[in-house]
Formats: sequence, structure tokens, C-alpha cells
Amino acid sequence: MVSTVEAVRVERATKASRIFALVAAVSLAALVSLPWWGDAGDMRLIAEMAYYVALAQLWNLLAGYAGLVSVGQQAYVGLGGYMLFYLTGVWNLNVYVAVLLAGPFAGLMAIPVSFAVFRLRGAYFAIGTWVVSEVFALLASLITVLGAGSGLSLTVPILQEISPDRDTRDTLLYLMTLAAALFVVGIVYLLLRSRHGLALTAIRDSEPASASLGVNTFRTKFIVYIATAACTGLIGALIFLQKLRISPEAGFSINDWTVVVIFMVVIGGIGTIEGPFIGMLIYIVLRELLADYGTYYLILLGLIAIVIMLKAPSGLWGWVIQRYNLQLFPVGRRLVPTRSQESAKS
Amino acid sequence: MTLLRTQNLSAFYGDFQALFDINVTVEERETVAIIGANGAGKTTFLRSVAGVLLAAPDAVVFDGQPIGGKQPHDIVRLGIAMVPEGRRLFPSLSVEENLSLGAHSERAGPWNLKRVYELFPRLYELRRLPAPSLSGGQQQMAAIGRALMSNPRLLLCDELSLGLAPVVIRDIYQCLGVITAEGTTVVLVEQDINRALDASARFYCFQEGRLALTAPTKDFDRAALTAAYFGM
Amino acid sequence: MEWLNIFIQGALLGGFYALFAIGLSMSFGIMRLVNIAHGDFIVLAAYVGMIAVQSTGLSPFLSLVIVVPVMFVLGYALQRGLLNFTLNGGLLPPLLVTFGISVIIQNGLLQGFGAYDHRLQEGAIETASLRLPGGIDVGVYPLVVFAVAVLGIGALQLLFYGTRLGRAFRAVSDDADTAELMGIDNRKLYALAFGIAMVFTAIAGVLFGIRTIFDPAAGPIRLILAFEAVIIGGLGSFWGTLIGGMVLGIAQAVGAAINPNWQILAGHVAFLVILILRPSGLFPRTRD
Repeated sequence: MVSTVEAVRVERATKASRIFALVAAVSLAALVSLPWWGDAGDMRLIAEMAYYVALAQLWNLLAGYAGLVSVGQQAYVGLGGYMLFYLTGVWNLNVYVAVLLAGPFAGLMAIPVSFAVFRLRGAYFAIGTWVVSEVFALLASLITVLGAGSGLSLTVPILQEISPDRDTRDTLLYLMTLAAALFVVGIVYLLLRSRHGLALTAIRDSEPASASLGVNTFRTKFIVYIATAACTGLIGALIFLQKLRISPEAGFSINDWTVVVIFMVVIGGIGTIEGPFIGMLIYIVLRELLADYGTYYLILLGLIAIVIMLKAPSGLWGWVIQRYNLQLFPVGRRLVPTRSQESAKS
Repeated sequence: MTLLRTQNLSAFYGDFQALFDINVTVEERETVAIIGANGAGKTTFLRSVAGVLLAAPDAVVFDGQPIGGKQPHDIVRLGIAMVPEGRRLFPSLSVEENLSLGAHSERAGPWNLKRVYELFPRLYELRRLPAPSLSGGQQQMAAIGRALMSNPRLLLCDELSLGLAPVVIRDIYQCLGVITAEGTTVVLVEQDINRALDASARFYCFQEGRLALTAPTKDFDRAALTAAYFGM
Repeated sequence: MEWLNIFIQGALLGGFYALFAIGLSMSFGIMRLVNIAHGDFIVLAAYVGMIAVQSTGLSPFLSLVIVVPVMFVLGYALQRGLLNFTLNGGLLPPLLVTFGISVIIQNGLLQGFGAYDHRLQEGAIETASLRLPGGIDVGVYPLVVFAVAVLGIGALQLLFYGTRLGRAFRAVSDDADTAELMGIDNRKLYALAFGIAMVFTAIAGVLFGIRTIFDPAAGPIRLILAFEAVIIGGLGSFWGTLIGGMVLGIAQAVGAAINPNWQILAGHVAFLVILILRPSGLFPRTRD
């Protein structure tokens, strides 16, 4: 007895994702036009949300998909920032050029780093990346041309290269950050949609199994690590372009660039693209609500992260997926029967 | 009296169901064999009895008490011991340390180091060596001895003959005969059907997680067994 | 003789790092748990010592009588009540939960004690020194710490290789599932192991608090130093951790001799070099 196989096609989008795409487009239009209806404070907040989302998506790509749990990504934030200040301040490069070079520089530095840290696995890999970041911070604090312990400041002439007018400058910086964040999220999304993304998901689910299917796990992880470092460096340059000052402590701060980012991803939902957005929103809301309570909100974040890890390890969005099977950023593949076969029944 | 009874025992690995409503009884002092092809659910059955896999409370009854859902270490204390598939001796421990560890539950009974060495004299000579340096057959003896050290009322043996030469398997089953002569109840999971049937009074044949056939080993229909084994 | 002096100072410093590292080494060896909050527990122990000293008037050494049991109970409860539940979910839960604990401890200490520096005062022993043949001065305190490290590791070896409990620890470390089948209650064993690890952490914390000023943020660097000592020495060997600590200490002493600002950096560089050349460390023993 032979059964016939119906012709199928692969469909990527879901109904929810189509609706979401519409909502996202509208929101994006609103955000891009913000300089014309919001003030400088609004722009700073949205820019902060934007770069946190970008950092969170990148960390999620590393940890949630490639299985590389790094507690040292702050190294590349600092490297990107320092490269911006160094290229503009010491080599007098145009500020835009410096921003564009910061990312690739961070990516380049990630190559020798990976030789060291890829020898470690799991939690030891995590601490190893942390050590590397500490090394960079220490080096920055010892090198005089980088300002040693006190760091560097962006001089007025450099800022004026963006625009001599303060308001225009704010607008341009805001739009640059928004663009960079969109770029990063876009790259992550496209990567996960592609067959490399499928390879990553396979590696995440089972490294030996995916290796036996022909996935070059080392090379895939290596490429993801370098690319993530480069993007993180780009974001770092933009962060410190806004802050106007960099120091070893600020540039390589694990609290600012890693702790917060990890919490966003974990609470929002690790291994999903939607998760970091949700986590970032929750973090910002909590921070605004608890602004008067000093370090209590960090303690609360810590508690929430612990509870989520024990009760809902896939985070809030993971819970939503399990309950409602929603996917807003379509990265999956579904088999759908083609219409022509429906009529051919015997 | 019935020492072990499973009632509609089902087992799952996540969403995958490995056992479907298994009903098995083992009388005290009996040796019962469980046979079946790979993936039939034999090891899953033993793991469910031992508590490694979660079972419904009434699904496993030992000496009249429901033990389903209990922790493995509690089940050992009640008198069930396992000789795991592949021996699973502790590599960092010497042979004697492995045996002594078997007595961790401190159950009273006839088995102690001296008696285990009497049963397996070769182990006495090797007792200070690290467990991995033993041959397959010696490791199997050590694994059995380790299980005996907890003075079990029920011994679960998973694939004793796995990876061993026929001569060695014969020796092991001879020792098993001594153990059962002492009165220990044994459930034997085996791929080597003839060995299993020789050593036991009754057998159960599993097929894809279901009970396909049960009969006394002295008197059964060969054709029926073949059909049950291969699911025809 | 200058180099001999550097060597000795560094080696004695290694005793410190070994003490930092033992707790980490134990919890990884037995439970495969890497405790990101490990350094913060060391600092927490120093603060507990400070409270004990302030409220009882005992000297820091004697305050260990209070600090050790407190930390043991804390460790046992934490493992039994929280960390045991993270062990079966893969890599992320233990890492992120201990990360969360780290953040909570640091900020809790900050909230409770402020960002100020503290130090435990033990008195004359802190600056006393001994003259060795050859004209080399060694501090009595570093010698004491080194001796404590050696005694501690010796005691741990005795526990692991000479007692029933230690045998159970080794079995669980080898094969936790089969250990359960032998009648071992893994959950209790893990809690006990973590409690014992906390005993060493408590001792390390108080001894460290006497020697160095500490503040709530002092945890992470301690974790890194402990981690480096464990990796250099090789996973799974306690004496290896001592050697690893000594190698780290000597590297730091050499760096400091060239330029005091280079001390910590020299240690990191030595760690990275060894990691690249000999990834499993000098005396590895654990199989994974």
C-alpha cells in the first residue's frame, strides 16, 4: 500500500506576524519623526531604549542561539567607545568615519579573544569572557594616550563635525542611534531567518547532533561571536558619542552593559527575537517607577531573574509562545499544502 | 507472596510514551526475565520500578506498598537494588570503594564485603585498583556485588551479558544462580534470550512499550514468542 | 635574592587565592555548578565577620566561630532551597540564578552598609614579619594564611578519600544518577557540599578582610582570582588549585615588581597564556 505525498510549500509568515509588521511600521514612523514632536529628553530616552534593545538582541543571539553565554560583551562596548575617541581625538578622523570604523575594530579584537575563550565551555566560558573584559579595562587605565584612569572627553570641534547647532546635533545623534539599532535588529532577524539561523537553532538544541548533520559548529559560533562583537562595538561608539566622556570604569562597566542586558533578555524571553523588546520595556518601566529607591530596583531585578529562571525559563515571551503559539517575527517554517492538490482526491 | 506488582504502569520521556499499561507480577524468591528487542521498553521498565522515571503512585507496588513517585534513594532503602545497564561503576573509586558505596543505605542482611569477595574471589585480588582498570566481566561482577551490598529483597539486573564474551557470561550467570539460591528475588532484563529463559522461571516479552506475551519458561510456544518479540 | 623574594611573596599570596578558590572548585566538582556569586559570598563573609566583631568584641580570627556556622547554614539552605532546582535545566539556569544572587548580594550590602571601605583589625600580626635565612623577610600573616590553605586542603583531601561522606561526594561527582541508585540522597549531599564550600569561603572572607580593605563591590574580582586559580591548576584537583593559586600569585608578584599598576593585569595575562597553551590546566582530573 503506497500513500501519496501532497505537494507542500514553505510559508514563513503567520497571521500575527503580518499584523505585527503593520503595527511595527506605524511605530517606526512615529519614532523617526520624534525629533519634530518630542524634546531632547524624549530623544535621549528612546535612544537609550534603542541601544539597549540592540545590545540585548546581540547578547540573545550569542547566548540564546549560539549557546555562547558571555558575561564579557562590555569589552566590545568599551572598545567601540574608546576607538571612537581615539580616532577622532588622536588621529583627527571625521567623527562619522570613526563611528563606522569602531565596529570592525571591535570585531577584529574579538578574533584573538576567541582563541583564548573558545577553549572554555559553559559557565567557565562566561567567566573567561569577563576576565578578557577586565584585561581591556586594565589596559585602558594604564595607557596614557587613552587618558589612563581618567579617560577621554569629546572636544567641541569633534562635536561640531556632526553639526554646529545643538538641536540639529541632538536630532542627528538620535537618528543615528535609531538607525544603528534598526540595523542590528534587522541583521539578527535576517540571520535567524536564513539557513545560518537554522544552523544556530540546531546548535543550540544539540551541538553533537547538528555537527553530525554537517553543521560546522566551530565556524558558525566563531562567525557569530565576531559579528556580535563588531555590532556591539558600533553600538558602544554611539553610546559614548552621546555621553561625551569615556573612562575605563564606564566603558567596560559590567553593570551597565551586561547585567542589565542579561536581565532584559532573560526576563523578556531568551532565544526569541520578541523577548529582548519586552525585557527592555519592563526594565525601563521598573527603573522609572523605582527611581527613588536607589539600589532596590537592581535587587528586584535580581529576584525577578531568579524567579523567571526557576518558574518560566523561557521568559515572558516564551510563556506567551507556549500558551498562544504566537510568533511576531517570523523565523520559523511551516509546511502548508498547496491548493492545487486539494481537488485531486480519489 | 507477590513482592513486586506493576499496575497499568506507563512511562514517558517528555512527550514520548515509552511504556503502555504494563502489568507485571514477581513472586518472592522468583527469577523473572524481561525480554524484547531494542527499544521495547525493558530498561525503561526497570528505571520506573527503581524510581528513576516518574511513575504514578499505585502503578508500582512493592511488598504491598505503593512506591510509584518515590525518590530512587528511598526505594533502595526499601529493598530494591539495580545493576545498571553498562555496569556504571564509579571511575574515581577503587573496586572496594565501589562495593562499600553499595552499602550506603546501610540495610541489614547477609551480604557484606567478605561475602561478596567469597562469591567473586577475583574481585578481592583487584580490590584496590581503580574500577575502570577491570575487564568487562570483572566490572559486571563488581556491579552485581555493589548492588548486593545493599541487601536487596529485589535485584534488578539490566543487560548483564552486554558486551561480554560467552565464557564470561556463563560465569556471571553461575554466580547469579548462587544469589537466587539464597532467596533474592531477581528481575532480569536480557537481550540474550536463551540465557534469560534458562535462568528464570517465568518471562515477559515486551514489544514497543507493550506487554506482548508472558509464560512460564519451561512450557511455552516458541512460535508465539517469535511473533511477540518481533511484533508480527 | 630579589627574585627569590618575589617568588616567595607570590607563592604565599597563592595561599590566599587557593583559599578563595576551594569553594568554587568544590561546587563545580561535585555539582557542576559554577557559582557566579562566589566572590560576593567571600565579601559577605567579611561583612558578617565585621558585624560579629562589632557586636561581640571578639577579634576577627575568633569571630570565625560565628561566621563559619552562619555561612555553612546559609550555604546549605541556599543549595537545598534554591540551587538544587537549577541543576537539571542545562547551562543557563544555574549561571543566571547565581548571577541574580550576585547582584542581590552586592546591592544588598550596598544598601545596608553603604559604599564605604571597611577592614577587619587583627592587630600586630598584620604587620609582623619573620626573617628567613638569606635575609628575606616574610610577613607572618601571609604565612599564616598559606598554612591555613594547606591545612584546609589537607583536611578536604582526607574528607574526600578517607571518609564515607567523601566517597559519596566522589561517586556523585562521577555519576549522579547511579549514585541515587545506590541509596545516596543527592539533594542532601549537594546541600552539604555547598555548606562545606561555604565554610572555606567564610574563612577566606575573614582572612581577606583582615588583609585588604573591602567594600560591597569587591566580589567580582575575587571570583575572577578564584576562577583563574582553579583553571590554572586544573579542574578537579584540590592540590592543583593550590599550585594554580601559587602560579597566579607569582605572576602577579612579578608584574608588581616591574610596575605596581601591573599586578592584577599580570595575573590575567598569565591566566590567558596558560589557557591558550594548556587549556585543561596543570593537573586536571575531572572528567565531564
